Amino acid sequence: MTALASANLPSQVGLLAGRAITHIVRAPAQVVFPIVFPLVLLAVNTSGLDAATKVPGFPTASYLDFALAVPFMQGALFAALNGGQDLARDIEGGFIDRLALTPMSGAALLAGQLGGALFMGVVGAVIYLLVGLILGVGIAAGVAGALVLLLLAISISFAFACFGMFIALRLGDGQAVQGFFPLFFVLLFLSSAFYPRDLIEQDWFRTIATYNPVSYLVEGIRSLVITGWDAGALLPAFGIAAAATVLFLTLSSRALRTRLTRT
Amino acid sequence: MSAFARTRSVAGAVAWRGIHNAFTNPAFLLPSMLFPLFFFVAFAGGLSGLQNAPDFDYPAGYTSFQFGFVCIQAAAFGGVFTGFAIAADFEFGFARRLMLAAPNRGGIVIGYMLSAMARAAVVIAVVFAAGMASGMQLDGSAGDLLGLLALALAVSAVSTLLAAGIAMRLRSMQAAPVMQMPVFILLFLAPVYVPLNLIAGWVHDVARLNPFTAFLEASRGFVAGEPDKIAISVACLAGLFAVTALWARSGLRSAERAG
Repeated sequence: MTALASANLPSQVGLLAGRAITHIVRAPAQVVFPIVFPLVLLAVNTSGLDAATKVPGFPTASYLDFALAVPFMQGALFAALNGGQDLARDIEGGFIDRLALTPMSGAALLAGQLGGALFMGVVGAVIYLLVGLILGVGIAAGVAGALVLLLLAISISFAFACFGMFIALRLGDGQAVQGFFPLFFVLLFLSSAFYPRDLIEQDWFRTIATYNPVSYLVEGIRSLVITGWDAGALLPAFGIAAAATVLFLTLSSRALRTRLTRT
Repeated sequence: MSAFARTRSVAGAVAWRGIHNAFTNPAFLLPSMLFPLFFFVAFAGGLSGLQNAPDFDYPAGYTSFQFGFVCIQAAAFGGVFTGFAIAADFEFGFARRLMLAAPNRGGIVIGYMLSAMARAAVVIAVVFAAGMASGMQLDGSAGDLLGLLALALAVSAVSTLLAAGIAMRLRSMQAAPVMQMPVFILLFLAPVYVPLNLIAGWVHDVARLNPFTAFLEASRGFVAGEPDKIAISVACLAGLFAVTALWARSGLRSAERAG
């Protein structure tokens, strides 16, 4: 804590990010579950929904190619949830209150906290992409497309982490953060994650999926895998990730200020 | 008082408490009600185009196809949620007092099982109402629907016994994922989205041996008015009931030893 207080801003960020990453690495459940669970679901859904590729108009002959975007989203959800819970635990345990007594900058706390989530986002995205490639997924946009895919997946992970951080700072309760988890899953299931939007038969579901920003995030990743370079899919995905990052970072900053003022 | 009367008395009291808690506390009621409804809406709404796949043979339509799944899923997860309640009872000390007071401790497990079955019946009724309101095609007769309900209640009983065995061994809410994962895996390694013949790869091989495949096919047979896989489902349920009852009984012994 003394080293943290006497350090400049980049050092403070580095120390807090290092602490967040150490927390993650020391708790194997925080690393293994967010990475393995999406891959298990990918394996199950690829077999279970393979028949979808026989439906006229389905965009690819391999459901694995179509579904590869989903683990990136689920991994980002888990990283956000775990990051939010870690921060809530710090709040509940009084760590943030003690930090408030030091000259630590609020920006350093936010950036340091996001360092842990970003670490998980990068690790998860690289693993999902490698598993996809090993299982025979071809990236239609090529090597550069794979790099853009990683960049988009990490951007999405970062945006979700900002949301998790905002919830943790606003509510300061690990159980409350956990309570938001089903909401993430609802958004994922009510999107075009498992079936192409233009082939969804129920009008009401297609309408929800069209207004659901998660659809555009999934479609952005998917476009690189099965279509190639498609600005119409990539720009909305990057735009939504950037907008969500700005929005939730701003809200987190305000929530942190309120929390530190209370302290 | 005979041994049977003592068991009945304990089971009745525990079941009543479980039902009362499940239906008066929104924190218990909402997840068990919302999860099946959500799966029903998400799958029947989002994946209905799958019925256009070649060889997808279920004349009652995709909403009815998913209703068959959601009934079994609601029943299985009703048991899991009851397992959570048992774990909470141990964590907060209520179960210890219950074991001291009960003249027949086997009745405690039976009571939990009955409350899970009541819970499953209500959730299935709600999903049924939602399905009918959304225009679900129901070709089964009243007898078929009773068969479906009996099947679901039996699945609920088996999953409760499985979860109870885990809850009474670990006696902590932290056991929740251990109760949830086996049921989740068994459910999703069965024909959830399409009939068995359309599943590809290793999941097809696993699904052929998975008892939940028989339960789903029997459930969908009742909904379509063409009962199917009844004998194999009954045989699987009988076997699973015997195994999980022994599992729950030894879990109870473990809790007794722990005091």
